Amino acid sequence: MWDTNLVLGGKEFTSRLIVGTGKYASMDVMREAHEASGTEIITVAVRRVSLPSGESILDYIDTKRYTLLPNTAGCYSADEAIRTCYLAREAGLGEMVKLEVIGDQRTLFPDVMGLLEATRTLAREGFTVMPYTNDDPIMAKKLQDAGAACVMPLGAPIGSGLGIRNPYNIKIILESVTVPVIVDAGVGTASDAAIAMELGCDGVLMNTAIAGAKDAVAMAKAMKLAVEGGRLAYKAGRIGKKLYATASSPLEGLPDWTS
Amino acid sequence: MSVTINVNGKPMDVEPGLTVEGLLTLLNVKRDYTAVAVNREITPKATYAAVTLHEGDKVEIVRPMGGG
Repeated sequence: MWDTNLVLGGKEFTSRLIVGTGKYASMDVMREAHEASGTEIITVAVRRVSLPSGESILDYIDTKRYTLLPNTAGCYSADEAIRTCYLAREAGLGEMVKLEVIGDQRTLFPDVMGLLEATRTLAREGFTVMPYTNDDPIMAKKLQDAGAACVMPLGAPIGSGLGIRNPYNIKIILESVTVPVIVDAGVGTASDAAIAMELGCDGVLMNTAIAGAKDAVAMAKAMKLAVEGGRLAYKAGRIGKKLYATASSPLEGLPDWTS
Repeated sequence: MSVTINVNGKPMDVEPGLTVEGLLTLLNVKRDYTAVAVNREITPKATYAAVTLHEGDKVEIVRPMGGG
């Protein structure tokens, strides 16, 4: 079936699933999971090298094949997040960034004031800014106006696996912005990803749902199918919901069994 | 005589006149996908050999790690 590509910062992607590199049981499992997910974009954190310098995560990621998406996880202010993006760019990780400005350690909910400020600055500096935000349509619009390349509302708290807690807000976000909408965080299993895509989202980003599954490689495949299935269902146009039954078989032509 | 700098949060005694380039070689840090900041300012790769480290300098050396 005909479909458009996901466009971010002028680059086109066929896969609408973005996956992470954290919390895998081993680097080999991670590599296999990436393969099974069909992803084209992989998130990484930017951290101090452990000294003496040893094995690197990049030994397990084909950087010619995948686009790396550095995040600003762990940043609690716009200033820290902006500095992290500059470091990532200097490291050669490109100009596409998953922008996180965290407001609270317990919930990891975004600090949207800091997020908006950092988005504005980084967009002006030529970054392709992908902000992790609340499921708030007003903020989504503000982020778009500040120059965000997409908006990434959370489905539920990071790593919670609670799924899409407010599909109606996600729907309103989809109507509020023209940039791609990518659900980031909260996905627990395949149906959550499918729901996001059926709502009309342009993509889904996840880490823990795959990395933390008993069989991460199988879950990666499940997520690939769910994202594709959800997207197809969205494009196909679902039927309306009705309270009562509507017969699928003709009501005419029934044999007469009355005696 | 040596100078004490701080590398990724840990104190380290180094020879006076050591450059960022020299430090990375000393620590055997891979250069690809690595970035360095000295005293909160990013050091461009092209200037590694020209930037000398001084007493009390705070050096951050970062690379991509696992994350979501």
